[in-house]
Amino acid sequence: MHEMSLCESMLRIIEDEAKRQEFSKVRIVHLEVGALGHVEPEAIRFCFKAVTHGTIAEDAELEILCPPGQAWCMTCSTTVEVSARYDPCPRCGGHQLQVTGGNELRIKDLEVD
Amino acid sequence: MCTVCGCGQAAIEKDAQGRHHHGHNHDHHHDYGGGIGGVHVPGMDEARIVEVERNILSENDRLAAVNRAYLAERKAFALNLVSSPGAGKTTLLTRTITDTKDRWPIAVIEGDQQTSFDAERIRETGVPAVQVNTGKGCHLDAHMVGHALETLAPAEGGLVFIENVGNLVCPAAFDLGEAHKVVVLSVTEGADKPLKYPDMFHAADLMVLNKIDLLPHVGFDVELCIEFARRIHPDLEVLPLSATSGEGLAAWYDWISAGARPA
Repeated sequence: MHEMSLCESMLRIIEDEAKRQEFSKVRIVHLEVGALGHVEPEAIRFCFKAVTHGTIAEDAELEILCPPGQAWCMTCSTTVEVSARYDPCPRCGGHQLQVTGGNELRIKDLEVD
Repeated sequence: MCTVCGCGQAAIEKDAQGRHHHGHNHDHHHDYGGGIGGVHVPGMDEARIVEVERNILSENDRLAAVNRAYLAERKAFALNLVSSPGAGKTTLLTRTITDTKDRWPIAVIEGDQQTSFDAERIRETGVPAVQVNTGKGCHLDAHMVGHALETLAPAEGGLVFIENVGNLVCPAAFDLGEAHKVVVLSVTEGADKPLKYPDMFHAADLMVLNKIDLLPHVGFDVELCIEFARRIHPDLEVLPLSATSGEGLAAWYDWISAGARPA
């Protein structure tokens, strides 16, 4: 379950930002998890709760934004939206797609005290 | 204390991107009493939004870049072998080492949750190997590999094989500083695995289709499997081979040779 180590990385970033931006309590974490990213939002929620116990992010709410998957279709020469890596191009039905968006895995901002 | 990753230290003070940080944030607001707590405290914000905009994998990616620079300095060619458990990574490695150790220096990093069985198998072939036990962890990360590289000190112009934890999911997300991820799929598995585990087949540059000596005994459709893999990754290279019978290995060694730089 790599979501656990990703949540540990999230906590390190949050603690680092707490020093830098001077806050002591995190209320809400706005997280971007792309539709084609490597993580399952529900698993992230579960692990985040476990990892943040006893830290400045304990009980923080996780608000997860899921930017859609985007790909460049080499056949159509245009950007199309896809919901999974194995999806065909919705225009031509082909698989000559280069994923261009939806890989995000990023803390956007925090609501803090 | 490690000066690269800061382990053994309380904290890493430097920003990974070397960004400039202000002593205050630019998003603060002064609408007292309108916040979550509804309390009016003159001159103070109750809650505020601080911008972060940091990639969760940024620390791993920074350490992977350090590993990549270390390998480039030594002109070493590193491959990160990934597969489900039992696809034949270790057998492919021991065979590759036995056949080619006179052509280039080889060093191996072995990742498993527990035991050093695989590193022992590799050492029996006469090349250095470091075992990394991830404990409960399901993948190698750039931090572990960085320290393993320090221990191994790979030779100039050599090959470094990193055998990841047998897992088609988690290792896809972690850059280790390798030149390429090589996914090993065996014909005793399902031909639809590329569709079931798309992230890994997207992250890899080469798919080794192993155990092809068993094709007469299993209902594995090679063409269909390659078609599925290329739905995920249109320009994925594919090398069908058998690490046991030796069929197809010459093409694998040519592929390595094309990537490895002369010492």
